[in-house]
Amino acid sequence: MKRFVGFVKKEFYHIFRDRRSLFILFGMPIAQILLFGFAITNEINNVNIAIVDHAKDATTTAIIDKISSANYFSIVQIIEREADIPAVFQQGKIKAILNFEKDFSQKLITNQHAQVQIITDATDPNTANTVSNYINAILQQYQKQLNHEVSTPYQITPETRMLYNPELKSVYMFVPGVMTIILMLVSAMMTSISITKEKELGTMEILLVSPLKPFQVIVGKVFPYIFLSIINAIIIVLLSIFIFKMPIQGSLFLLGLESILFIVSALALGILISTISTTQQTAMMISLMGLMLPVILLSGFIFPISSMPLPLQLISHIIPAKWFIIIIKGIMLKGVGLSFVWKETLILVLMTLFFIGLSIKKYKIRLE
Amino acid sequence: MTIIFYIIQKEFKQIFRNKGMLPIIFVLPLLQLIILSNAATFEIKNIKFAYLDSDHSSSSRALIQAFEASTYFNVVRHFSSQTQANEAMLKGEVDVVLAIPSHFDRDIQKNKQATLGISINAIDGAAAGVENVYISQIIQRFNKNIKTTQLLATKPSASTRNVIETIPLFWYNQTLNYKTFMVPGILVLLVTMITLFLSGMNIVREKEMGTLEQINVTPIKKRHFIIGKLFPFWILGIGLLTIGLLIAKLLFHVPMLGSLLLLYLYTSVYILVILGIGLFISNFTETQQQAMFVAWFFTVIFILMSGLFTPIESMPKWAQIITKFNPIKYFVEVMRMVMLKGAGYIDILPQLGKTFLYALLMNTLAVWSYKKTE
Repeated sequence: MKRFVGFVKKEFYHIFRDRRSLFILFGMPIAQILLFGFAITNEINNVNIAIVDHAKDATTTAIIDKISSANYFSIVQIIEREADIPAVFQQGKIKAILNFEKDFSQKLITNQHAQVQIITDATDPNTANTVSNYINAILQQYQKQLNHEVSTPYQITPETRMLYNPELKSVYMFVPGVMTIILMLVSAMMTSISITKEKELGTMEILLVSPLKPFQVIVGKVFPYIFLSIINAIIIVLLSIFIFKMPIQGSLFLLGLESILFIVSALALGILISTISTTQQTAMMISLMGLMLPVILLSGFIFPISSMPLPLQLISHIIPAKWFIIIIKGIMLKGVGLSFVWKETLILVLMTLFFIGLSIKKYKIRLE
Repeated sequence: MTIIFYIIQKEFKQIFRNKGMLPIIFVLPLLQLIILSNAATFEIKNIKFAYLDSDHSSSSRALIQAFEASTYFNVVRHFSSQTQANEAMLKGEVDVVLAIPSHFDRDIQKNKQATLGISINAIDGAAAGVENVYISQIIQRFNKNIKTTQLLATKPSASTRNVIETIPLFWYNQTLNYKTFMVPGILVLLVTMITLFLSGMNIVREKEMGTLEQINVTPIKKRHFIIGKLFPFWILGIGLLTIGLLIAKLLFHVPMLGSLLLLYLYTSVYILVILGIGLFISNFTETQQQAMFVAWFFTVIFILMSGLFTPIESMPKWAQIITKFNPIKYFVEVMRMVMLKGAGYIDILPQLGKTFLYALLMNTLAVWSYKKTE
C-alpha cells in the first residue's frame, strides 16, 4: 500500500510539473464551455433574406413589414428581376427569397387567392426547412388577421405547456452536451496517452519489474486523472449554474456520483485504448479521431437520435456519452432521482466493467 | 532539392511502417464518413407521442386518429391518469402528451369551443418548437374538417376567406436530402483532423524522442526540413479528399455541379493552412501530449463553430467575428458552393483569397518560430 501511495504521488508530481498541460487541462474546458454555451444555438436568428416583389402594393408591403419586424429575419436585399436569383444564392449570403406574384392584393381581393413563393437555399436543408416553416407561420398569422371578421364556427384551442424548458433555450440542450464531450475526450485521451508514454519511452519496463503489481500500476496511473476530471466537472457545473443559469432540479449529490461514474468509464476506455496501442501517436489518433465525431454526432448532443435511421440508433447505444447525456438532462432539468435513471446508470456501470475486463485481458505484462 | 526528396522519403517510410497507424489514417475516417453522414439531421420525426383520453367520444377518437395518421408521430402509449403520463414523461418514454378533457365532445357540439392540454418535453427547444408546429397543423386541419362537415349541413356558401398560398421551393436540394449537405461537410472535418493531428504531432515527436537534435546538427536547411516534413501530409490530405469524394459520388450520389479542379485548387491551399497551424503547435509545445491537447482544443472549436451543424447567423455578433478566423468555415462554404451550387472561380474568390492569406501567415509564423537551436 505504501508503495502504491508513493507511485500515485509520483504521478501527481509528473502532472503538476508539466505546467503547460495543467493549464491546458483546466483552461481549455472553461474556455470551451463559455464559448459554446453562448455561441452554439440551433435557433434561427438574423437570417438574411431577400424579396422579389412583383406587386409592390399595400398587402405585400404589410407582409414585408411583418417579416422584418420579426427578429428571426433581416431583409437585406430587394431583387428587381427573377433572373438574378441564382446569382444571389451563389454568393451565399442570402438564405431565403420571398417571391410575390403580380397584382398580389388585387388577386387576394377578387379571387380570394394569391401566391407567394418561399425560395430557400437548401444546400443547408436544416436551416432551409426551419426558415421556410417560420416564414410560413408568419404568413399564416397575417392571413388569420385578414380573416378576422369572418367568424370561425368551430374552435379547438390547444393549451401547450413546454415542460422543463419553457423558454425553449438551446443552452439547456447544449451545456450538458458540451460537458459530456469535454469529460469524455479529456479523460480518455489523458489516460491513454500517459500509459502509452511509459511504453514508448521504455519506462514501462522498469515499472513492470518493480514490486508493484500491474494492476496497481494502472490504477495508480489513472487515479490522478479521476481527481483532475472531478475538478473539471465541478468547474463546469458551477459555470453552467452561475453563468448559464441552468437549473439543477434534482440532487446535486446524485449528479456528482453519476459524473464520477462517467469519468471512470471514460478513463477505462482510455486504458483499453492504451493496451491496444504501442505509441502515443496511435493512442491519440484513436482517442481523437475515433471518439470525437461519434461522440458529437451520435450522442444526441446536437442531433436528435430518434430521427436517425435505425442502424444508427442501434450504434448510438454503444456510445457511453449518449447515456450520460440522458442522465444529466434528467437530473438537471427534469429533477428525477435514481429510480428514473437506474437503467442508464446500470448500462454505464456495465460498460465500465466491460472496458476494464477487456483491458485486463489485453494487458501484456511482458514487452516484446 | 535531393535533400528534400530524402526527407520526404523518410517520412513516407515512417508513416507506412507503422502498421497500427495505417487503418487509423485511412479506414477510420472513411468509415466515419459513411456512417456518420446519416446521423446529422434536424428533421424531427418518430416523435414519441402518447395520449390521455378522458372523454372516450367519437370526436376524441377522431382526433387521436388524426395523430396516428401523421407520419411525424408514433403513438407509443396511452394513459388513464395524469400521474402515469407525468411519470412516463420523466422517464423519457414519451415526448408529447395530448390530454383530452372529459366532455370534449359535448363542448364542441354545444359551445363550438373546446380546449386540449398538450405537454411537450422542451429540453431540446428547437425540436419542441417544430413539434408544436406539427401539432397545431393537425389540430387546425381537424378544426377545418368539423367546420366543413358542419357547414355543408347548414349553409354551404360561407367560405368568404382570403387565402394566401405559400409555395415553398427548396433550391439545389428539392427533397431536403440531408446527406448531400453533410457528406461534404464531414469530409472536410476528417481531412482537417487527420492533417492537423499528424502534422501537429510530427515534429514534437522528434523533439520528445531526441531525434530532432540529430537532425538539427545535420546541414539540412530549416525550410528544406519543414517542406520535407509537411509535404507527405499534404499528399495524405489530398488523397483522403479524393477517396472521400469518390465515396460521396458513388455511395451517396452527392451532385458535383462545379469544377473539380477548382475544388482541388482550394483544398491544396487549405491543407497548407492546417499544416501551418500544426507546425506552429508543434513548435510551441514540448511533448506530444501538450501538442494534442492544443490541437484538440482548436479542432473542437473549429468544428462546432464552422456553421456545419448549427447556423452561424444565429450566433451572437462576437461569436460570428470569431468564426471569421475559422478555416473550416471557409472550406465548408467552398465545398457546398462548388459541389451543390456549381459556383465558379469568381464566386469563391473571397474564400480562396482569405484562405491563401491565412496559409501565408500561418506558415511564415511556423517557419519563423521553428528554431534549429534550443
